[in-house]
Amino acid sequence: MGTILSTLADGVAQTIGITLAAFAVAAVLGLPLAVLRRSGHWLVRLPAVVVVEVLRAVPPIVWLFLIYFSLGSTDNLQLTTFQAAVIGLGLIYAAHLSEAYRAGLDAVPAGQWEATRALALPRTQAYVRVILPQALIVVIPPMATFAIALLKDSAIASVIGATDITFQAVQLTQQDLNGLGNFTVAGLLYIALGIPFAVVARGADRVLSRRLVGA
Amino acid sequence: MSTLNEWQDYLPDYLDGLKVTLRLTGVSLAGGLPLGLLLALAMTARRRTVRWPAILLVEIGRGAPALVVLYFVYYGLPQLDLTWSSFVCAAIALGFTTAAYTADIFRAGINSIPVGHREACQALGLSHGQELRLVVLPQAIRVVIPPLIGFCILLYQGTSLAFAVSVPELLSRAYSQASITYQFTSTLVLAGLVYAAISLSAVALMRARWPGRTASVTDVEPPGEGLARTTEVTHAP
Repeated sequence: MGTILSTLADGVAQTIGITLAAFAVAAVLGLPLAVLRRSGHWLVRLPAVVVVEVLRAVPPIVWLFLIYFSLGSTDNLQLTTFQAAVIGLGLIYAAHLSEAYRAGLDAVPAGQWEATRALALPRTQAYVRVILPQALIVVIPPMATFAIALLKDSAIASVIGATDITFQAVQLTQQDLNGLGNFTVAGLLYIALGIPFAVVARGADRVLSRRLVGA
Repeated sequence: MSTLNEWQDYLPDYLDGLKVTLRLTGVSLAGGLPLGLLLALAMTARRRTVRWPAILLVEIGRGAPALVVLYFVYYGLPQLDLTWSSFVCAAIALGFTTAAYTADIFRAGINSIPVGHREACQALGLSHGQELRLVVLPQAIRVVIPPLIGFCILLYQGTSLAFAVSVPELLSRAYSQASITYQFTSTLVLAGLVYAAISLSAVALMRARWPGRTASVTDVEPPGEGLARTTEVTHAP
């Protein structure tokens, strides 16, 4: 158990790195996607819808292969496995998070929008000063659950050779043939790494429901 | 033009791969759905000794990456003299993951039935089995169908993980074509298109049938939720 853990620990940094970097990409790209999808004009809405649907309709592992073997293996562009995993998972989760953002934006009462119009705030200012601060808090609990999903999907990066927990477990198993032990520890490691996110989700949920009850 | 010609060459092989993908999806569902329902019933049982093992299994199935579960079955179980083909290993691993996820969906459906219905069953003197069969499940199934279909689409995509244990499914075919021709772009794009075509038409069909829902792949509650909710299993008084 001790030796398994110390070998798999070599992959923990990579797993956490991929998860956090991809989540950052997703959190940044997801918001504009959500805002575009709420636009009044279909020419603005349509591209955002297509991007989100296509990103989600293809399995993550196919995206990683496309990005690593096809886009990232040309003379002009050489991506590392880490970069390819971050780009691929980041884009996929941007699509997922855009749905969470959209739900958050929808949760802001219509009266708030009407108030910004009554005050003649430009649309950008209305978003930045009134709508987003209210929407983003609502989004925290679903964001945390998506972060856990992303943590688990990061295991797929091992298939293109990123040296994460799963990769280390496969390597170790090829040496010691103890798949039973190695993958049990690997699974438990992922579950343990997900706990902080679950705590965040729960905490935010509690604050939110208290606020709703208090209001 | 040349890409289209290439695609024409790949297509028969890909369709064979698609058959394996669909068979894997079907077998995983056939094993996973009944097990998921059983786990859900166990999770809502009154007795602790029934409830806790079920909750533990579901948390493991939802908490560990499906790929790790797959490797566990493929590399680990042979140590216990349980050796199967890679297809069977993939079906077992994905079936278990299916059971864990759908258990949570079924449980949510069961819990959505108003307590009054269960009280009414007790007042009428129905047995526990009758209560489930005649009152609870028929209502729960209806609530549960849209998220279940969402999960099926996820599972269909998830079968691509079986590539990692070299099941000859769609992605494996694409990859082996690529390693022969070195045309990674055209081979993988075609694979992506085949996956997307089926996923998107399933989503579209579902939206047509249940317009109220934003029926899509993410309609399934994102995993991990269960971790925060295990303590909330409640019971009718």
